[in-house]
Amino acid sequence: MSKTLKLAAHDAVRRADEASRQAGRGIRADLARIASWIEPNSRVLDLGCGDGTLLAHLHDQKNVEGAGVEFDDARVISAVRRGVRVIQQNLEEGLALFDSQQFDSVVLSQTLQAMHHTEHILNEMARVARYGIVSFPNFGYWPHGFSILRGRMPVTGEMPYQWYDTPNIHLCTLKDFEALAAKLKLRITHLATFNAEKEVKFLAGWRSTLAVYRFESPVAASN
Amino acid sequence: MVSLNNSSTSDASPLLDPAPAVAIPAGSVGLVTPELIGFDEPLQLSSGQVLPSYELAVETYGTLNAQRNNAVLVCHALNASHHVAGMSADNPSDVGWWDNMVGPGKAVDTDRFFVIGVNNIGSCFGSTGPASINPSTGKPWGAAFPMLTVKDWVLAQARLADYFGIDRFAAVMGGSLGGMQALGWAITCPERIGHCIVIASTPRLSAQNIGFNEVARRAIISDPDFHGGNYYEHDTVPRRGLSVARMIGHITYLSDDDMAAKFGRTQRSPGKNGEYHYGYDVEFEVESYLRYQGEKFSTYFDANTYLLITRALDYFDPSHSHNGDLAKALSVASAEFLLVSFSTDWRFPPSRSREIVQALLKNQTPVTYAEIDAPHGHDAFLLEDPRYHAMVQSYYDRIAFELGLPARQSVNGVLA
Repeated sequence: MSKTLKLAAHDAVRRADEASRQAGRGIRADLARIASWIEPNSRVLDLGCGDGTLLAHLHDQKNVEGAGVEFDDARVISAVRRGVRVIQQNLEEGLALFDSQQFDSVVLSQTLQAMHHTEHILNEMARVARYGIVSFPNFGYWPHGFSILRGRMPVTGEMPYQWYDTPNIHLCTLKDFEALAAKLKLRITHLATFNAEKEVKFLAGWRSTLAVYRFESPVAASN
Repeated sequence: MVSLNNSSTSDASPLLDPAPAVAIPAGSVGLVTPELIGFDEPLQLSSGQVLPSYELAVETYGTLNAQRNNAVLVCHALNASHHVAGMSADNPSDVGWWDNMVGPGKAVDTDRFFVIGVNNIGSCFGSTGPASINPSTGKPWGAAFPMLTVKDWVLAQARLADYFGIDRFAAVMGGSLGGMQALGWAITCPERIGHCIVIASTPRLSAQNIGFNEVARRAIISDPDFHGGNYYEHDTVPRRGLSVARMIGHITYLSDDDMAAKFGRTQRSPGKNGEYHYGYDVEFEVESYLRYQGEKFSTYFDANTYLLITRALDYFDPSHSHNGDLAKALSVASAEFLLVSFSTDWRFPPSRSREIVQALLKNQTPVTYAEIDAPHGHDAFLLEDPRYHAMVQSYYDRIAFELGLPARQSVNGVLA
């Protein structure tokens, strides 16, 4: 194995170790809210499950049978360590491994904005589960507009990247997402908005940094 | 291997002087001696034939606990054996084929798990095979040795489990053909396996896979020294055919990139200014390497075993009796699964492992799947990629946790 590959491989294991050390901490407010929308004893698919925090929480608290999809080696290793069942694959390749309506809920947490095929993944979510839950950074957060008025791309807590190194290629506002959901016939059932782990209810479109939506699949709704 | 004088009085009398000890590396199970275990009950085989009795060569590492729930069976691929880990007592330089995976503090931690390595029937490392004596004729079985399938191996291994008093394995694990046996266990003896660990394997061979096997077999069978499989009687072996078979096999174990990196177009002994020799002797390094591998292999491996095992590979297809529906074939499985594939494995590529994953997901069977981006082709399952070993180690640590086995005492080997 080449030196760089070996270093990358060792780095993956080191990052997994780091994640495992932090595994004892509680879950973030947005994940807690997502968990609150999931029925006990149901089946959940977590896309981009990271180190398996949400699935482990759902398993322990709600007896949820879960599966995760994750691409990053280190995160897959830490998920396995937590006893989370995880499938290693690139989400851009779609969800062909999963049967239609195999899950009760499917979660895509803080990943939508980094995906190339936005519509495709939302349609696939609607195919594999009755309920979809997505979270993404709210581009409509007012300091973003202020930053643009000052002539610079916004760099904030939920989007801490410079324009040239950001993985976020499909940023949107709450209204933008709702328009797309309508186009794809995803019926929105719940919305929660956050700023710095605190829920935002008043003027959420401007004041929140993170939006979490739950929608019902048109496939399931028509059944 | 470094010899250690464990006595400072090396000039003591020869009677008291202990045999020169061998240094045992950290994480090694140490010196191991195989055991031959005989089974007198006839074994009904998939082909309809019956093996009247047989012996299995076995090595074990670690200790079977009182509840007998910490046993792991490691199944071997085409050319390996029961010698999974440690150093052969009679030749300490002979290190087990999966020694980087199995040992105290390694991914499959023998401080906590009782690990069994078994040589399959039909093989040539001590278990009953074509070179063994056929009790009804008093001569080597040769061509008369019955055809075998993965299921036959599983049934023979199940009797080995009975012998050890193991009702249920914590895990059955293997790479390549060994992975097929693990899969076979999950289907044939679903209640006897907790976890099924399938690495660099496939639910069935492709036409291309069978094609390579057939070329290898024709090389052996068309060797004039093959004598219809009864070469033992002629005091010879089809060395050339077996050697060519191994050369072909070996190419399929390596990735294109790996071969490019290892050999490229490097010439063995180039003439002046890199001139070619314009002949059929070894010109390129890769030829020299393959010839060497082939010739070495032909000195220790049995040609009939090569035929038998490649055929068992061809026949493996659990979906065959379910109209090609793999999910149906796997629906009886109650084990949890770990599958691992390697990105540059073109013999059994990730897409083949994904077929198994897809079938398991369809059945709502618990499955974890890791796809390791490794450059070494099919052989990667034997190599020391830290991500791969971390996946397997993490999975075994979970098994240990679920079974209430003691916590890991040390980390040795690839992840140390």
